[in-house]
Amino acid sequence: MQESAAFTPQFAAASITGILWLIPALPIVASGVIALLKQPRRKPAAALAIGALSISLLLSLIAFVHVVTGWARGAVVREFVNFTWFRFGSSTVDLGWVLDPLAAVMLVMVSFVGLLIFIYSVGYMAHDENFTRFFCFMSLFAGAMLGVVISNSLLLLFMCWEIVGLTSYLLIGFWYQKPSAVAAAKKAFVTTRVGDVFFLLGIVWLFSQTGTLLFYNHGVGSLEGLALVNLLSQHAGLGLSAAGAIALLIFAGAVGKSGQLPLHVWLPDAMEGPTPVSALIHAATMVAAGVFLVARVYPLMSIGAAPHGTTAALTVVTWVGACTAVFAALIAVAQNDIKRILAYSTISQLGYMMAGLGLGGVAVGIFHLITHAFFKALLFLGAGSVIHGCHDEQDIRRMGGLRADMPFTFLTYAIGMLALCGFPLVFSGFWSKDGILEAAHHSTAIKGPFYLLLFGALLTAFYMTRQVCYAFFGHWRGGSPTHESPKVMTLPLAILAFFAIALGFIGTPAWPWFHAFLENRAVAFDFHGFAEPGLGLLMLTSSVVVFIGLGIGWWLYGDKSPKPEAPDALEKSAPWLWTPLRDRLYVDEIYGATVIAFYTWWARVADWLDRRIWGGIVAFVACLFSLWARFNRFLDVHWVDGGFDKTCEELSSGGGLLSRVEGGRVQNYLRILAAAIVALAAILLWSSRP
Amino acid sequence: MSPIFYILAVLTIGGGLAAVLLKNLVHAALATTVAFAGLALLYLQLDAQFAGFAQILVYIGAVAILIVFAILLTRGSDLPKDGVFSRTWAVGLVIAAAVFAVLAWAVLQSVRAVPQQAAVPAVTVHDIGNALVGRYVLPLEIVGLLLTAATIGAVIVAMHEKERAK
Amino acid sequence: MGATTPLAGYLLVAALLFAIGLAGALVRRNAILVLIGIELMLNAANLNLIAFWRFGPHPELLTGMMFAIFSIAVAAAEAAVGLGLVIAIHRHTNSTDLDKMNRMKG
Repeated sequence: MQESAAFTPQFAAASITGILWLIPALPIVASGVIALLKQPRRKPAAALAIGALSISLLLSLIAFVHVVTGWARGAVVREFVNFTWFRFGSSTVDLGWVLDPLAAVMLVMVSFVGLLIFIYSVGYMAHDENFTRFFCFMSLFAGAMLGVVISNSLLLLFMCWEIVGLTSYLLIGFWYQKPSAVAAAKKAFVTTRVGDVFFLLGIVWLFSQTGTLLFYNHGVGSLEGLALVNLLSQHAGLGLSAAGAIALLIFAGAVGKSGQLPLHVWLPDAMEGPTPVSALIHAATMVAAGVFLVARVYPLMSIGAAPHGTTAALTVVTWVGACTAVFAALIAVAQNDIKRILAYSTISQLGYMMAGLGLGGVAVGIFHLITHAFFKALLFLGAGSVIHGCHDEQDIRRMGGLRADMPFTFLTYAIGMLALCGFPLVFSGFWSKDGILEAAHHSTAIKGPFYLLLFGALLTAFYMTRQVCYAFFGHWRGGSPTHESPKVMTLPLAILAFFAIALGFIGTPAWPWFHAFLENRAVAFDFHGFAEPGLGLLMLTSSVVVFIGLGIGWWLYGDKSPKPEAPDALEKSAPWLWTPLRDRLYVDEIYGATVIAFYTWWARVADWLDRRIWGGIVAFVACLFSLWARFNRFLDVHWVDGGFDKTCEELSSGGGLLSRVEGGRVQNYLRILAAAIVALAAILLWSSRP
Repeated sequence: MSPIFYILAVLTIGGGLAAVLLKNLVHAALATTVAFAGLALLYLQLDAQFAGFAQILVYIGAVAILIVFAILLTRGSDLPKDGVFSRTWAVGLVIAAAVFAVLAWAVLQSVRAVPQQAAVPAVTVHDIGNALVGRYVLPLEIVGLLLTAATIGAVIVAMHEKERAK
Repeated sequence: MGATTPLAGYLLVAALLFAIGLAGALVRRNAILVLIGIELMLNAANLNLIAFWRFGPHPELLTGMMFAIFSIAVAAAEAAVGLGLVIAIHRHTNSTDLDKMNRMKG
């Protein structure tokens, strides 16, 4: 994606790129206004947040159309506005925003999904007493996320990135009266911070090497030819060029944010937050920010690759993604919390996106990101509807039979589930996942990820079938009866379900509109796209894999409605496999035994040092001083006091004298003021006499 | 020095003196108005027409009226029983005299250092308007804010407490 | 026209007016007259500003003139608040005599 002469018609550049900053600014301003509202104002808060985001969506659509028309005319649309934030010495720190296909697609996705989830939240949070605060944080999040998307400067991106992290922390801990929510919020914050430290290191390194943090700036930005060639020629050790090393550091930030191995531990716990938060932040948008970041710095990642080859950075991205995809899918098989299953599924799908980026380039990864954002938001909102209907029950073993009680939720949830599984031909997940598998299959350099990803697809189909069987089939095993959710919640479900199907058709092999759009090539509708050698076989393989997964799931769990206390079907047949999976492969325990244990030990050592060594020294010094003080006291009592008492008497009588000046009379003060001025002026004049 | 200047100076100083010395407060307020008018004419003498007319509008038109209102509202027109001057008036007089002495000394000392003659500046109201909305736009807005705040503050301070309690 | 009068004349008039205003503020008992005295002092300062503007090296920059105009505006605000305070105090103590107001005595 090397940039050629940028196509910027003056009128268009002035119209939409110039006001692109409004898109993130509006929700942020709305959030500020909501924060200033008097607290129990529900309707204005929701109206402000939804209104601001609607305008953002409108502007995003205008920007999108602008990019598409430019692209249709065969030009590369990459318009940016840069400005200097501050300068020190000879270097400047520049910020700016950019409008290119990647940003346009993400803008529309984030604001659209965000808007639907806002609307849904009105229903879901209707009974919460902190309704206003919720919309304040959500709006701030939406603004910051849109800011990440349009940033043309790594620094601006990092700032928005951190605001996004902050709102994530605030929203996970939204129900702060629950200790588990507080712990989860802290965990999320600290874990992502680990990745962000590396990210910041990467930023600083990039700045010191290239002197700019702008992505695109008429050929001198950090992602453009000159800087990249320069970075490639620097050696950073371990056989990496500076470009590769910086790319890996930035990728570490993405690992933290997108919950990739080994920093995925925070994401399942993040489900402590309200369900719309899980849908918006921890499924559809924020966690995708990591994937977006990798896509944004893709030139940095891929520089130095031979044609059809790969680089060290991309190889790492691919392997991390593929391993995460399988790892998280395995854990998801043995979870019982409806949201936790979806959380692990999210981690797994993010792994797919990363692998897609590493193997097939920006378009493959981002296409899966977009489709996933829709169907995963759909699944989460569906799960929220289920939880809402089941009176805050989240354990799928205590549900069942919801197919009859909540028919609409069941229908949409099934669409989302089939999209996630990659059910052939109709659902969007099939096409985007197939693109990744195809890219993995074509990759000549590394073969392993293909089989991992294929296995992951099998697992995905299996655990989603298990979840749906538990929740929607069989008979109701919970307490009080369920009810369907209100219209304000089901409407977003319907819209998302529509897109979960429809989006697939812009990225089929026959009409790869999306890929062409992101990669700036022409596109034509051509059924011969399916006739590419090996493609049919591949599609068949992946379909068969999905059907196997669905089949095993149905065979083990279908319509059986086991008792909540009874062991799981899989547990009965293979307990040796079940136990480690249920305990999430002991990752938290491993961290507990290593990192946290080390910190505890280190804190103990520090405590011991404090108490014994430093405490001893302090006590010794204190003892010396106390001796000295005794001596002084002796002197004081017998020598000094006499004189001091006299001084005190003098002082108090002097104070009495001075208090007469403070007579409470305005004119006295004025008089003293004037006299002082006369004195000062006289001194000044006298001393400056010629 | 032109005779006009002398006449205006005498008018201004006389007005000021009368304002300070007259026993009846209403008379004193009227004398103040005379002093303000004298000053306005002095501004005109200095070719500062805009400032002169602003002086007339603000001081004679508003401040003087305000003072008269305040006198009427506080029944200040009744002569006090124990004299109009403060008990320690002598000290005040001495200090005022000292201030004048120092100022006059400073002026006379620097008479030679400053230009005593200058060409008539060609400044129109148009220029002043441009300057007000150009270079001085921020002070202008701040003054606007200050005036608003002062208006509200004066109303609140002077408002009847009983009405406030309602 | 005014150019025939030297700067020092205006400055002396201003100084005298200032001293008179100060004397009024210092010797009168009535709070309103103290305020009048302060207004006179402010006006004397304005006269200084205008005189310096007129005889200064760059009258076209309008610095002194602007200073005086803003000073007039601020003085108007000050008069409004000051007289409001006098009325409020009068309502509390039924007097405007400053010699009787020493509740802030230290």
